[in-house]
Amino acid sequence: MSKVIDGCGISGIMSTKKNLIPGSEIVTSIDSMNFRYNGLGGGFAGYGIYPDYKDYYAFHLNFENQEARTKTENYLYESLRVIDDEPIPVRKSELIDDTKSISWRYFVGPPRDIENTDDYIVKVVMHINENIPGAHVFSSGKNMGVFKAVGYPKAVADYFRIEDYSAYIWVAHGRYPTNTPGWWGGAHPFNILDWSVVHNGELSSYGTNKNFLEMWGYKCTLITDTEVLAYLFDLLVRRHNIPVEIACNVMTPKFWSEIKSDNSLKGKALQALRMTYGGAIVNGPFSIIVATNNFMFGLTDRVKLRPMVAARKDDRLYIASEECAIRSVCENPDLVWAPRGGEQVIAYMKEVT
Amino acid sequence: MQIDAKGLNYKELNRKLKEFILKDEAKEIDIVNVNGHRYIGTGLESSKAIIRLHGVPGNDLAAFMDGTSIFVYGNAEDGVGNTMNAGLVVIHGDARDVVGYSMRGGKIFIKGNVGYRAGIHMKAYKNRFPSIVVGGKAEDFLGEYMAGGIIVILNRNNEKHPVGKFTATGIHGGTIFVRGKVSEETLGIGAEIDVPNEEDLKILKELISEYSSYFQVNEDLAGLEFTKIHSKSHRPFGKLYILE
Repeated sequence: MSKVIDGCGISGIMSTKKNLIPGSEIVTSIDSMNFRYNGLGGGFAGYGIYPDYKDYYAFHLNFENQEARTKTENYLYESLRVIDDEPIPVRKSELIDDTKSISWRYFVGPPRDIENTDDYIVKVVMHINENIPGAHVFSSGKNMGVFKAVGYPKAVADYFRIEDYSAYIWVAHGRYPTNTPGWWGGAHPFNILDWSVVHNGELSSYGTNKNFLEMWGYKCTLITDTEVLAYLFDLLVRRHNIPVEIACNVMTPKFWSEIKSDNSLKGKALQALRMTYGGAIVNGPFSIIVATNNFMFGLTDRVKLRPMVAARKDDRLYIASEECAIRSVCENPDLVWAPRGGEQVIAYMKEVT
Repeated sequence: MQIDAKGLNYKELNRKLKEFILKDEAKEIDIVNVNGHRYIGTGLESSKAIIRLHGVPGNDLAAFMDGTSIFVYGNAEDGVGNTMNAGLVVIHGDARDVVGYSMRGGKIFIKGNVGYRAGIHMKAYKNRFPSIVVGGKAEDFLGEYMAGGIIVILNRNNEKHPVGKFTATGIHGGTIFVRGKVSEETLGIGAEIDVPNEEDLKILKELISEYSSYFQVNEDLAGLEFTKIHSKSHRPFGKLYILE
């Protein structure tokens, strides 16, 4: 009788002037949609939370047991320069079952003779996720971190003491898993290096995207469709140097019927992108919020099968599944609008002096 | 009578509202601090009650509603008037996706814009005849699989594209009126463009006058030219699955 069929919810808050936003704000925002979730996953990513270590990669690790931790640490000390490490502070709670979870963070730099450090870090992350049983890297970017677990977002926030952090970008997720298990690694955000993704919907193209990414060295190990989005952005934008707006076009291209007879330079470019990156087209119903240290954007599938509302207020950009998530932390936005399907809403960091 | 929705979840709020209407359905009620509360007005049958919502009501406002008038002072979220049977919804703002989903009676007036799939699968039956009037523009798939009733897009901001792509895809009944020109390319399969007739203009005039009364409109909207969109034939897909 009481079963409610609903969906995931996402929320993102950014200050384009890098003003710090207290963690409590993103918790209020994501919790205002708590009726969407079913308690099988919640998570947060904050940017700007580790200013003292901002030049090092912050590894958030989740271990299912001590053995996984020992093996991972042996590997980390062999392959990286570990500057500092500590347990991620948590507040024990009946609402979060952490009997099979140890949360630890490491601030690391690559060995000194590495040419492309980002590529090297990706390899390290892939190695841990693929080869060390019970160890998963939840985030690996600089001056940022992902906190996620099985539970409602509010409970996850209390557990990880999100109120103790301030960030210039926050993204958050409440989960209602449909096709894949509700486990810690399957909670959102999904991350690689600077990229974090939260997602409502499902990617029917997951298999195609996964195969495509494997050709470029990415290993999908987290048994959840959203994982491919983080790796696709890393591949297209960081490694292939495609501007992020065009990367979004690669993933949500115009319909063939709209571009096939367009012989302009732009039309030909769009056709070429579709042909080159067929394996990166993302299909199925989705709305996503993506963040890095430099920008935040929202994107939905081309026919808008999942909700998204955006708002601006002073230096803030808000993006969420529902308007109530924005109004719960910003009563009178300057502008509120619903982004069109397949059209990106993005804000960049302004130069801060 | 006033209810403060702050701190109430949608179940608590809807229970309070229902209790109130069962007690005295002739009265008016204001609900303040509405923010994302879902299913407000679901299944309400009272023909006399008036509900005023201050804030942003959540998904499926007035779902299955069978009477009652709801006035929203703010934007609405997805699914306004889902399978609504009778009554009135007036929104002093925008509404999001799937407005009037499978609506089969009553009226919805929206001051601003609507999102995707407004009027999807609307239908009319005997004395039931649903109407949606939108002051601004509509996004893609307006009137998808529409089977009956009327949708009016007033485009008061004179947008270049008052309706989106795939308008009236799969339409097989009912009518869409759009103020200004609509290009053939924006139409979906099964739809065609026409000119409003005398009878259409009479209905349009009445709906526009009602819209204007709710939102204090000063400009003369009735004197403008409308494009009519309807289905190409009575049963455009009657032979879709028949091998000839």
